[in-house]
Amino acid sequence: MDLTHSPAEEEFRARLREWLAKVLPALPPKPPPDDWPGRRAYDLGWQRMLYDAGYADVHWDASPAVRLVFLEETERAGAPYVGANFVGLLHAGPTIAAEGTAEQRARWLPPVLRGEEVWCQGFSEPDAGSDLASLRTRARRDGDEYVVTGSKIWTSHAEVADWCELLVRTDPSAPKHRGISWLAMPMDAPGVTVRPLRTLAGSTEFAEVFLDEVRVPVANRVGQENDGWRVTMVTLSFERGTAFVGEVVACRRVLGELARKARSGGRWDDPGLRRRLGRLNAEFRALWRLTQWNVSEAESSGGVPGVGGSVFKLRYSRARQELYDAAAEVLGAEALDLDRPWVLDRLGSLSYTIAAGTSEIQRNIVAERILGLPKG
Amino acid sequence: MRFRLTDDQRALRDGVRLVLARRFGAEALRAAVGRPGLDRGLWRELGAAGFFSLRLPEAAGGVGLGLPEAVLVFEEAGRVLLPGPLVATHLAAGVVPGAATGDVVVTAVGGGGLVEWLDEADAVVGDAAGAVVVRSVDPLTPLHRVPAAGSSARPDDLLVLLTAAEQLGTAVRACEAAVQHARTREQFGRPVGAFQAVKHLCAELLARVEVARAAVYAAAVTADPVDIAAARLLADEAAVRGARDCLQVHGGMGFTWEADVHLCLKRAWVRAERGGSLAESEELLAGELLVETG
Repeated sequence: MDLTHSPAEEEFRARLREWLAKVLPALPPKPPPDDWPGRRAYDLGWQRMLYDAGYADVHWDASPAVRLVFLEETERAGAPYVGANFVGLLHAGPTIAAEGTAEQRARWLPPVLRGEEVWCQGFSEPDAGSDLASLRTRARRDGDEYVVTGSKIWTSHAEVADWCELLVRTDPSAPKHRGISWLAMPMDAPGVTVRPLRTLAGSTEFAEVFLDEVRVPVANRVGQENDGWRVTMVTLSFERGTAFVGEVVACRRVLGELARKARSGGRWDDPGLRRRLGRLNAEFRALWRLTQWNVSEAESSGGVPGVGGSVFKLRYSRARQELYDAAAEVLGAEALDLDRPWVLDRLGSLSYTIAAGTSEIQRNIVAERILGLPKG
Repeated sequence: MRFRLTDDQRALRDGVRLVLARRFGAEALRAAVGRPGLDRGLWRELGAAGFFSLRLPEAAGGVGLGLPEAVLVFEEAGRVLLPGPLVATHLAAGVVPGAATGDVVVTAVGGGGLVEWLDEADAVVGDAAGAVVVRSVDPLTPLHRVPAAGSSARPDDLLVLLTAAEQLGTAVRACEAAVQHARTREQFGRPVGAFQAVKHLCAELLARVEVARAAVYAAAVTADPVDIAAARLLADEAAVRGARDCLQVHGGMGFTWEADVHLCLKRAWVRAERGGSLAESEELLAGELLVETG
């Protein structure tokens, strides 16, 4: 057991830190949460800067330990997070890299890395959220094309996306986990309609997507026809396994800010509050250690993150909500003012035990796939 | 960064697990409950196997290993609910003659002014004058209370960490027992583990184990007091709540003396006290938030 980084990793850290110190002060301010075209331009611009500096592919090609260093340093320096590039960089990209053909990798991966194209995720449907395999969006084969009809929901960044990683049913007569395929659908194809949904935080970061006879080339299918469920499991393991890693560092920073705010506001004298923050410190430290453990294990097995990501997601999503509830305690009446820091984050944290597989689904995964309990 | 077990550490853990399974399996545990008293033969065997001298330098007749290895060994001890002042004797190796070899049993005044196994111990670390017998909740941990003892004194960090390692092991045992029961016990014509309510208890058991494990192992690598405080809080929670959830999964059977579950819970309670007050650990972690800048 060793928690020190190799000289090469430390060299990477030093180089990155120096670069961040140089470029971050010149970065324009982030557009407000509802200005999605502005956000898109901002997030793509940041990705382009990473690309030009040679850091763009850190999520894909670097060793997990180097990725951890990247996330530590960018967060510590207050660099932008992946934002609108979330799906492209952390879901679709890694999935295409793992399961796509050489042509598919050449077509879709470089624009994601260069900050030119944004992806969204078309998995959930109104009747197939947690029970994802019940999805009904149909893709009928017509020569070299699929003709897709149905609808998707909770599609983050759909308004500004160029591509959608789309799950469709290609064989309606097969058992529900079979007969699904994974397609890359252009969002500007005729028949695609996006209707933004307003979240309880007031923003329109996700949307409903209606698909009416949308034609998608068969060449856009990643993996075999009707083998989409397996491909999807690869995507989801990235989502649960690694996609939240950077946020743990951010939460630890927020916790420190919270403690300092409590002290300057006189709340630090409350032992109940201090103990609550102390316990959260223990939790986030442990989650960071668990991340380091999972990353080290992934490095030794050299592959896709395992179902252990469900354990992490389960605890992290709860801890994040507890963090912002503690923030509300520190803020007092200010916690009702949307213009105060942390208030939007508190509202946003409510999605964490639902999005990317509800906590209930994660517990089923842990119980059935790790502990080997019988299916219900 | 290689934050995972090395081949040597894996071999050490597996070796200790084998020895303990042979020497202190489920039947031995039952027998010990029926006939309380420290097994001096076992104590010397542990000594001969290097349990107490693990971290002493080889030049001093020890095994020359470090804190991470000690944590792995104490996790296994906690997993089989091995009784006795194991941590106190381990920490006394090289200080109290005979402790390293297991010829001498050493106990210590711990959190809450409690002393474990005082009547059986050959030496006590701390002042146990005036100690009075407590009717111990744990049938395998006799307790004395030192009336005016320095119960406010913060326990030694290594004692807290190795205790956390034992708690982790007991949490692992509780998780394994719950899963085993959920797989085999049938109600309404199917294993109770097929019911989501039971499944979710088991999933939370494992999640607490995994988070505690990461915290305990990391604290063993850094030996940092704040890391140790975090490890302590999470390992206590994993053991105490784990044992309670395990009891719940066992249903009525879990509430009987015959099931081993109560032994996990009672030992976890005793060890949680050994680490000193929870508030103190939480305050330490809270204070660190102000110290660490950006």
